[in-house]
Amino acid sequence: MTAVTETPTEAAAHEGDVVLRAVDITKTYGVTRALKGVNFDVRRGKVTVLFGENGAGKSTLMKILSGVEQPTGGVLELDGEPVTLASTTDAVDRGIAIIHQELNLCPNLNVRDNIFIGRELRTARGIDYGREAEITRGLMARLEEEISPDTLVADLRLGQQQIVEIARALAADARILIMDEPTSALSSAEVEVLFKVIDDLTASGVAIVYISHHLEEAIEVADHAVVFRDGDLVADRDAEGLTLPWVVSAMVGREADYDFRDASRDYGDVALRIEDVRVVDQEGGGRLAVDGVSLDVREGEIVALYGLMGAGRTELMEALSGREPFATGRALLGDTDLAPYSIQQRIELGIGLVPEDRQRDGLVQLMTVGQNLSLASLLGSVRRGLVSRKHERGGIEDQIRDVRVKTAGPEALITSLSGGNQQKVVIGKMLLTDPRVLLLDEPTRGIDVGAKGEIFSLLFREAARGLAVLYVTSEIGEALSAAHRVVVMSKGRVVREFDPRTCTREEVMAAAGETGADVHHTKEQHRE
Amino acid sequence: MSDTLAPERETRPAPPPQEPRRRRINLGNVLVEGRALVALAIIVVIFASLSPNYLQPDNLILMTRHVAMNAILAIGMLMVILNGGIDLSVGSTVGLSGVIAGYLLQGWDMPITQLVAYPPVWVVIIGAVALGALVGYVNGLLVSKLNVAPFIATLGMLYVARGIALLITNGETFTALQGEEGLGNTGFVTFLASAPLGIPMPVWFMVVFAVGFSLLLNRTAFGRWLYATGGNERAAELSGVPVKKVQTLVYVMSGFCAATVGLLLTADLPAATPRAGEFYELNAIAAVVIGGAALSGGRGTIRGTLIGAFVIGFLVDGLVLVGVSVFWQQVIKGAVIILAVAVDQLQQSFQKRRALRKVAASTNRPGSPSPA
Repeated sequence: MTAVTETPTEAAAHEGDVVLRAVDITKTYGVTRALKGVNFDVRRGKVTVLFGENGAGKSTLMKILSGVEQPTGGVLELDGEPVTLASTTDAVDRGIAIIHQELNLCPNLNVRDNIFIGRELRTARGIDYGREAEITRGLMARLEEEISPDTLVADLRLGQQQIVEIARALAADARILIMDEPTSALSSAEVEVLFKVIDDLTASGVAIVYISHHLEEAIEVADHAVVFRDGDLVADRDAEGLTLPWVVSAMVGREADYDFRDASRDYGDVALRIEDVRVVDQEGGGRLAVDGVSLDVREGEIVALYGLMGAGRTELMEALSGREPFATGRALLGDTDLAPYSIQQRIELGIGLVPEDRQRDGLVQLMTVGQNLSLASLLGSVRRGLVSRKHERGGIEDQIRDVRVKTAGPEALITSLSGGNQQKVVIGKMLLTDPRVLLLDEPTRGIDVGAKGEIFSLLFREAARGLAVLYVTSEIGEALSAAHRVVVMSKGRVVREFDPRTCTREEVMAAAGETGADVHHTKEQHRE
Repeated sequence: MSDTLAPERETRPAPPPQEPRRRRINLGNVLVEGRALVALAIIVVIFASLSPNYLQPDNLILMTRHVAMNAILAIGMLMVILNGGIDLSVGSTVGLSGVIAGYLLQGWDMPITQLVAYPPVWVVIIGAVALGALVGYVNGLLVSKLNVAPFIATLGMLYVARGIALLITNGETFTALQGEEGLGNTGFVTFLASAPLGIPMPVWFMVVFAVGFSLLLNRTAFGRWLYATGGNERAAELSGVPVKKVQTLVYVMSGFCAATVGLLLTADLPAATPRAGEFYELNAIAAVVIGGAALSGGRGTIRGTLIGAFVIGFLVDGLVLVGVSVFWQQVIKGAVIILAVAVDQLQQSFQKRRALRKVAASTNRPGSPSPA
């Protein structure tokens, strides 16, 4: 906007000039208007961040900019020329690449092949694997990841897969790079690296469009911010003066956040006791993913397990749920040692897991909302060998009301729900089993602010009724505002515990090893 | 507590009434199955106009008897396919169970004792069916415990079971299935090849199996677990579904269905031949997929499978009746199978696209499931 008064030639030379402009873009699906005439600029060498809750229209706009969908009305201008992006290939050919939130990788191929898929470096004698591998190594060095080009993508952790996805977009040498939730599976250290890469790219003139549910992160990276609400672009401003309260109030139309630090601390007995548990890393090497963790969770208590990717939190959760065995140690549910019990039996005993990857581990996509909700508690509805429809339906309807799933009804397909509502269904499914302990692995991954608040208010309500909750989170703000106690894990161990009412973000992040290379080695102090 | 709740969404009105949505989904189901029904109607009309005998009661009963055998196999196959597996061994199991029944009826040379035993018919029937279930159990263990791919495990079993049937009979055919009054083992043929109320026994069996397995699929926890494991095994497992048990049991059921067909076929001939049931697995798979089931698992119904079996049976018998050459019969049958599944896939992707558009419009979520 500052370039408006300059002459055209000066503007072209200016590093902030517009490379892609959306003029009056509308998009309608049937009767629904997803975009209501949006004007939006992407500027060379700048990071433009899109804020907005789910359904605000930002993903629809991204789909249009990357050629996945065509606008119903309006014009796209690339370098001032009107263009039609008929397909994603069309967009890539014009220098527009997108990093999708959901990973689009072939797990059966190695990192090198994934990065060059569809763009193989061909020579007269076939593919030049050597050069591809070399470029891949260069990209990995740039992203500061120690991933060999020959590693199978299936063998990588989710965060590393996301790095590969980012590397693939970088390999395309795009002029305009769209990043849709690029950091949802990355650790803070990896995010820092990504931001460095973004700085490099913008310095070399690449325009970046960035979407993230991590608001602070997005604010940090933004040169320019636009906020969407209900299909309209409602606010925009430059980095100067861009603050969290401004973003949040523009997004939801008023200030909104959740803070449960003052929730009741009326705990009961110890519901879950973890004693010196070790879990072997499934990805080999005989390495211990969890290395001697001891932890108690009381009835009515909500404990956030904070740490970086690879700290062993997910492995601990999976072992507690019964999916992986303990190498040593034990976990007691009340007085019952869980070791001999299967997943099914543990759910019956009262401990269940809401997994990290909703689509892969949480939902049966072919089934309805109701069938997904009742799946874990179906045996409780069986009368004389048959499922009592009345009993099942009663539980389902209670749960839809209780966890506030926004759905057309129990018969609606689960895939018709938004991410936040799908997550509520996965949580509701476990709540229907009447658990004593609920484990949740990144329960708010990829869902919007409003739904996050709803999910935590739901957990705190259940905790008030005596449920013990242990959840994994990688968001510091979440850990501090939505837990009774924050336990920090690093490299398979519990390094420290905090009371969220008295600790600071910096302390907690330092304990997790996010600031300074080996902070936790020098911090041997334990419970406060 | 309540004052700490996030306030902005708490006061949303209750979900809108669900009746319209429900009706629409049912309509969709009717259309999916309706297509196979339309195909069936077209087949009937064409052949009825080509041959006046086609719609004669005798011919209808004959055709339905052929359909019934395939339908029973297909019901077992549907269980396996819903789980995301496949059972190639059912044809061999048909042969093996028939041979075992014939062998027992002819007299069982008991080892060591030099005695020949003549078990009563009910023992023969239970024995043969149990053997079929055992074959399925072995398949199930191979798939669920040893993680052998279903295609390979049951392909191996196809050869093993057929080989055992040939070994037992030394390649011969048992024809003395009537039993002897004095030995107390009569009734096998007269019972299984009878036609109470003028309807052949296989048809009665088909009806009983269809009702029983419908109940199993739609009204029991096992049925729901089966759909869930076929739809997303990992999610089912974390929801406490005993996925390995479900996986094993579907093969047992398929073996059980195959053995039942083996008995019906043996009584129908009446002869126990080790070559009985060859290639039956292919007709059963065809019936299941024509009936709208997904080979990837999680989608399919008994109703659809029955219609699929009728489409194949009425088509093949019609072609025979009007005198189409055996070679052309094969071509036409294959084309119909491919056409049925191709149309099904087209409709699936159409529905998915429409649903996607709806989801995208209503939620605008990033990364909503894209058609893979």
